[in-house]
Amino acid sequence: MPSSTNNPMINATDIHKRFGSVEVLKGVSLQMSKGEVIAIIGPSGSGKSTFLRCLNHLETINSGRIEIEGEVLASTTDNTCTYAPDAQVRSICRKMGMVFQHFNLFPHLTVLQNIIEAPMTVKGLSRDAIVPKAEELLRKVDLLAKRDSYPTRLSGGQKQRVAIARALAMEPEIMLFDEPTSALDPELTGEVLRTMRQLAEEHMTMLVVTHEMGFAREVASRVLFMDQGQIVEEGQADAFFASPEHPRTRAFLDNML
Amino acid sequence: MDYVISILGPLLGGTLVTLKMFVITMALAVPAGLMLALARISHFKVLSGLVNIYIWLMRGTPLMLQMLFIYFALPFVPVIGVRLPDFPAAVVAFALNYAAYFAEIFRAGIQSIDRGQYEGAKVLGLTYSQTMRRIILPQMIRRILPPVSNETITLVKDTSLIYVLAMNDLLRAARGIVQRDFTTSPFIVAAAFYLIMTLILTWGFSRLEKRYAVFDE
Repeated sequence: MPSSTNNPMINATDIHKRFGSVEVLKGVSLQMSKGEVIAIIGPSGSGKSTFLRCLNHLETINSGRIEIEGEVLASTTDNTCTYAPDAQVRSICRKMGMVFQHFNLFPHLTVLQNIIEAPMTVKGLSRDAIVPKAEELLRKVDLLAKRDSYPTRLSGGQKQRVAIARALAMEPEIMLFDEPTSALDPELTGEVLRTMRQLAEEHMTMLVVTHEMGFAREVASRVLFMDQGQIVEEGQADAFFASPEHPRTRAFLDNML
Repeated sequence: MDYVISILGPLLGGTLVTLKMFVITMALAVPAGLMLALARISHFKVLSGLVNIYIWLMRGTPLMLQMLFIYFALPFVPVIGVRLPDFPAAVVAFALNYAAYFAEIFRAGIQSIDRGQYEGAKVLGLTYSQTMRRIILPQMIRRILPPVSNETITLVKDTSLIYVLAMNDLLRAARGIVQRDFTTSPFIVAAAFYLIMTLILTWGFSRLEKRYAVFDE
């Protein structure tokens, strides 16, 4: 196999997705290289979360092609979309970690157990091997003191930081964020954004669906604006916010800022 | 009082039969119910359809009829026909019947778990069976404890149905003495025995509920 570093981390081409008769993605494409931080913005219902969820197989696409680090997750020939075999889909998707709007922490496990669950169950690591790493991640998100608490005892911002640590424990190549601060009280978004910014500074490849324009402007290298199932405009973050070209982008940004 | 003590022996013997019936039924019906619940929510339409029919049959006919069928009629059924002694016949009937009820409780419990839990597990790379074992079922247990406790208490009392196969459970033992001595006090003692058993169960389940409440959602 050719060196995978030459391949884009994510190469999605002409993704179409329907829910029943409603087409929510109408030919979305994205190429993303290693270390990039891309923010996807857009009004609700624009398909941005769905697009993210298609990339790691939480949704199945109707047509198009998805490659992750050169490995084909789904491809379409003659209008039929085929996915890789199950085991391969799982191994491809393990390259991506995901953080959800509603955290999805496991309520019956403590913070530490939440983090070590997948490394132990999926990777077969021993407890001794993973606990130091989990503690290091908890230190990084500044929650080592909450190691043995159950998620219900945490604030929203703390939950989300645990969720980030949990995803990182699987050592993903790419981190997907699906509106990570949308369920948080405004005063709690800062701590989560700080953790994400820190991750970006460590050159993690990040694809972030967000309503936080400030974060998109300062941290993202590239910004995509989606509306009605399509990418309407994209560009380098500075240029994008300084002089959006498309009227719909302008209207959206005027509303947001 | 002396009279009560004099009848304790046979009543304790009956209690032992009742308890044996109860414990063996639980040991069989709980795992079987879990399997049925998982089959019922599976995507294999044929499998979940068959389980549906099974549950309908088991819940739709009297337990006593099922027991009589297994004891008296099963030996004459072609292919699967076997003649079971009274106790095993009763155990099979009880386990099959209770498995159906437990299956529905487990199914409700599994389906009450938020979709996000499956997605959270999936993006971490857990397979379906790992997700079930490690994430969904442990959370389900807490939610189903109250209905399971209900069903369990019902089972203790339902075991008295085995009298139709002429087994000396607690209630039949009491009735035997009532008919022999022309006094109803054995019924009172039997009632006390049932109450003690259900009291212990209730206590046990409330302990379990407390233990699982540590991660209160």
